[in-house]
Amino acid sequence: MIAILDYGSGNIRSAQRACEKTGADVVITSDFKTALEAEGLVIPGVGAFGSCMNGLRAVKGDELIKERLDLGRKILGICVGMQVLFSESDELFNGERISGVGVFPQKVEKISAPVLPHIGWSEIESNTDSGSFADLNGERFYFVHSYAVKTEVSGATNIGCSYGENFVAAIETDLITATQFHPEKSGVAGLKLIANWAASL
Amino acid sequence: MSLATRIIPCLDVSNGRVVKGINFKNLVDAGDPVEMARIYSEEGADEITFLDISASVEDRKTTLDVVSATADEVFIPLTVGGGISSVFDVDQLLRAGADKISVNTAAIKNPNLINEISERFGAQVLVISIDAKRGRTESGFEVTTHGGRNSTGIDAFTWIEEAISRGVGEILLNSMDMDGTRAGYDLELIRRVREISSVPVIASGGAGDLDDFGKAIESGADALLAASVFHFGIYRISDIKRDLSRKGFTVRQNSTLRQN
Repeated sequence: MIAILDYGSGNIRSAQRACEKTGADVVITSDFKTALEAEGLVIPGVGAFGSCMNGLRAVKGDELIKERLDLGRKILGICVGMQVLFSESDELFNGERISGVGVFPQKVEKISAPVLPHIGWSEIESNTDSGSFADLNGERFYFVHSYAVKTEVSGATNIGCSYGENFVAAIETDLITATQFHPEKSGVAGLKLIANWAASL
Repeated sequence: MSLATRIIPCLDVSNGRVVKGINFKNLVDAGDPVEMARIYSEEGADEITFLDISASVEDRKTTLDVVSATADEVFIPLTVGGGISSVFDVDQLLRAGADKISVNTAAIKNPNLINEISERFGAQVLVISIDAKRGRTESGFEVTTHGGRNSTGIDAFTWIEEAISRGVGEILLNSMDMDGTRAGYDLELIRRVREISSVPVIASGGAGDLDDFGKAIESGADALLAASVFHFGIYRISDIKRDLSRKGFTVRQNSTLRQN
């Protein structure tokens, strides 16, 4: 079973449907136990980093993520759902700097580009052909963001992208897959990524 | 460059049905927005826009069902505009499966709506739709409503700058001088808006020939929206992308991965 964490963040219907297409049972939940025990947990996320973190903490999502990792259970973070895994973001919320869950020490920074948000389909540069990114090198994915991780995440497979400058489009470790883009909005390529991930559960 | 220029078909929807739907060979029901969206997506549309032109609030309720049914089947971004005037409307559409919302007249009447939507859902969900027309305001372009028939007296460039500072993620720039003419996008308008806009600009109004699309990109458009050329079957999305690609523009080609 795949659980999609419902913590008040935007459109999760597409994520649900994209996961269902893999043939998996999918549940949308904010229940800690259900989300902890699912084979795979999807953490969606749109909007401001700070409001996502507040929503995530309200359902104990920060503890949930750490506990799942301790238990060796997989997580897929999408967009701000990727960003929250890092230590902090430059995106201020009501003038304040908000901490992330801190699974990774890097911070989320504003992209330097003349036109922001980065909206649209950009090519990813992947030097892996395994795991969730099998068969996806050179495919285009749909991005909507102004902030991203810009330094390489050590201990993870890093998938790159460029818009104004280079940034981390996605990472993968044994337990964590996280994408700055929206696989659930990236047509056939996105569905392939989700199917790859679901097959690894 | 890595980012592809988006090609966005716009479907006018009224009371849950597509108005001006065309007859594709493989299309069972040309009035079904879900099926039209699916076909556009398979042809390589980078995004779909629904413009709700329902006359009444009652008719508009069916839009939520259309959005849900589309989001369930079509895995590309979906923007919905037309008649949206409150945070509640936006919330309902996002929950139904829309990714972005475009507002027009309601934001002119109440500019604070932009701040409210943006603070609640993030600026990236909000597209400000502007019906610009040559007029007597300072920049020479004026904001109009009701399909260009009504003047507002507001300068288009002043309004764009204000909307960006209040918090919008994109500008949908409709040229009311070129709309429906199929004589080409308004390149002067696109060029001048590109100069002042820090957010992506979607050009709309006037697409007729294949050459028009490339000219709009050269003038600074980040995305190209069209309705008539698709509705009337003049070009398929794949025709436009093939032509742009041949001319050296970056577009997203259909994935070679098999759809299943």
